Amino acid sequence: MNALENTLEQKLAAVAASKPVPDEIVPDPAVLRSGWWAQYRRGWLSLLSLITVLGGWWGLSHSGIVPPLFLPSPEAVLAKLVTVSTQGFMDATLWQHLAASLQRIVLALAAAVLLGIPLGVLMGVSPVARGLLDPLIEAYRPVPPLAYLPLIVIWFGIGELSKVLLIFLAVLAPVIIATSHGVAQVSRNRLRAAQTLGASRSQLLWFVILPEALPEILTGIRIGLGTGWSTLVAAELVAATRGLGFMVQSAAQFLVTDVVILGIVVIAVIAFALELGLRLLQRRLAPWHGQQD
Amino acid sequence: MTILSANKVSVRYPGQARPALAGVSLAIGPDDLTVALGPSGCGKTTLLNLFAGFVQPDSGTISFAGQPVTGPGAERAVVFQHDALLPWLNVRDNVAFGLRLQGVAKAERLARADEVLRLVDLPEAGGRYSWQLSGGQRQRVGIARALASHSQVLLMDEPFGALDAFTREQMQELLLKVWQQARRRIFLITHDIEEALFLATELVLMSPGPGRIVETLRPGFSQRYRDGESARAIKSDPAFIALREQLLTTLFDHRRQAEEIAA
Ligand SMILES: Nc1ncnc2c1ncn2[C@@H]1O[C@H](COP(=O)(O)OP(=O)(O)OP(=O)(O)O)[C@@H](O)[C@H]1O
Ligand SMILES: [Mg+2]
Repeated sequence: MNALENTLEQKLAAVAASKPVPDEIVPDPAVLRSGWWAQYRRGWLSLLSLITVLGGWWGLSHSGIVPPLFLPSPEAVLAKLVTVSTQGFMDATLWQHLAASLQRIVLALAAAVLLGIPLGVLMGVSPVARGLLDPLIEAYRPVPPLAYLPLIVIWFGIGELSKVLLIFLAVLAPVIIATSHGVAQVSRNRLRAAQTLGASRSQLLWFVILPEALPEILTGIRIGLGTGWSTLVAAELVAATRGLGFMVQSAAQFLVTDVVILGIVVIAVIAFALELGLRLLQRRLAPWHGQQD
Repeated sequence: MTILSANKVSVRYPGQARPALAGVSLAIGPDDLTVALGPSGCGKTTLLNLFAGFVQPDSGTISFAGQPVTGPGAERAVVFQHDALLPWLNVRDNVAFGLRLQGVAKAERLARADEVLRLVDLPEAGGRYSWQLSGGQRQRVGIARALASHSQVLLMDEPFGALDAFTREQMQELLLKVWQQARRRIFLITHDIEEALFLATELVLMSPGPGRIVETLRPGFSQRYRDGESARAIKSDPAFIALREQLLTTLFDHRRQAEEIAA
């Protein structure tokens, strides 16, 4: 046994095994020397384009060429942010409009996740379920949600239910499709390895299939939230008494352009935050995604 | 006493003209490190999948400790060539995964995982993730996982096939150490003749069209390694080289015969 441990190869193996693999890629020293510009080039470029647009807007609105009715100045919009947040617009503050919109999307998202993930898993593991559900989803998915909004209004009225239902349908399809795709792609070796370690069918689902499909499911949710958010805002243009879409729409009717611009900016910021939040969540929950294994 | 055995098994995949395996019998005893060697397509993976319970034979039987095998089970652990670790679990949790499935308490299963990781020379890697490891380290984790859950047989399908020659040799020596210390039976597939000769207590030579066992021998080189001789000394021994060349000739002869029959 001693001779076994003491061969040169054994020692080399031990050395190789104990040497840690670096967790992060260490940047090339040449890159570090060339300074802050090279290191954060993309960030600086994004900042530059943002500043250019803001500067152009500021210059144009102060030049006197475009009347404030068409293009209010950035300061005017900023001032409006304060008044709309405190005093409100159309019987509700900005936060109440925002809350109304967010509440709808959260309800719709919760429902779509609760229904979409089980259905997606079912389609991923069972060819019968796939055969039955696939045509239904493929039939309604390509139709723009606003096209069937009138039908939903006829059936369910112009209340909250219609709006949540519309957004739910917009989120549901991508969640189902991404889940079933993720589940169907689970590595056969991993499933088999788990089986030879004694996994039951439900253990396979909880400990192998769902974790492995998680990155795809999150991608589906991210895409669904994107379409859902734009659909929601559009739906509020049609029938609502509160919400960001409603705020923009009624401001436009009274030609309160600064509120229109304010509303658009808030809508864009929320969309961006949702996207970013989900990307962060994905990196947090599935750090292995995109790493070769 | 045989632990795992195939008795005259045949398998024909749907739509295939020839059976992948025809009338194969093989017994793995309690102290065996059985190696199946043969060219691509001779049915090695099919045979391993039968032992693992992933595939059922069309005729013949597979039995484990006297009982017929009808599906995968925790007493027959499989080490795959790649893609079998769970990337969302760290190395320690991967190794303890089988015990977790069996409901073993957390402290106990993690202690067991650390113990097995020491056996495969990865005592420091418990907190890392599979995608942060080299190919050789991943295979060690795969072996550790198969050992941790008190399996009785390890089934290994070209476990070192994707590794470079140097790492491969390290892994062969590691496997012999593990095999001796953990006292597990091993059934290992390879198409590397040197690997087969070095590791096997029993070597079965397989040939395609239809897949079958054409020769069985007991090389005994792994015993010399256990007795303290170095791997390089064994592999450069004239007796080793002569046997290697003889096996190559046999394999080529069977290839030619198979081609003549097919023609
Ligand atoms: N799922 C399958 N469906 C149809 N034919 C299969 C299937 N799996 C294997 N075969 C066929 O059965 C024969 C034996 O395959 P097997 O994978 O057992 O060979 P192998 O010896 O493991 O080859 P390799 O060394 O390339 O891995 C081959 O002719 C192969 O094409
Ligand atoms: Mg194979």
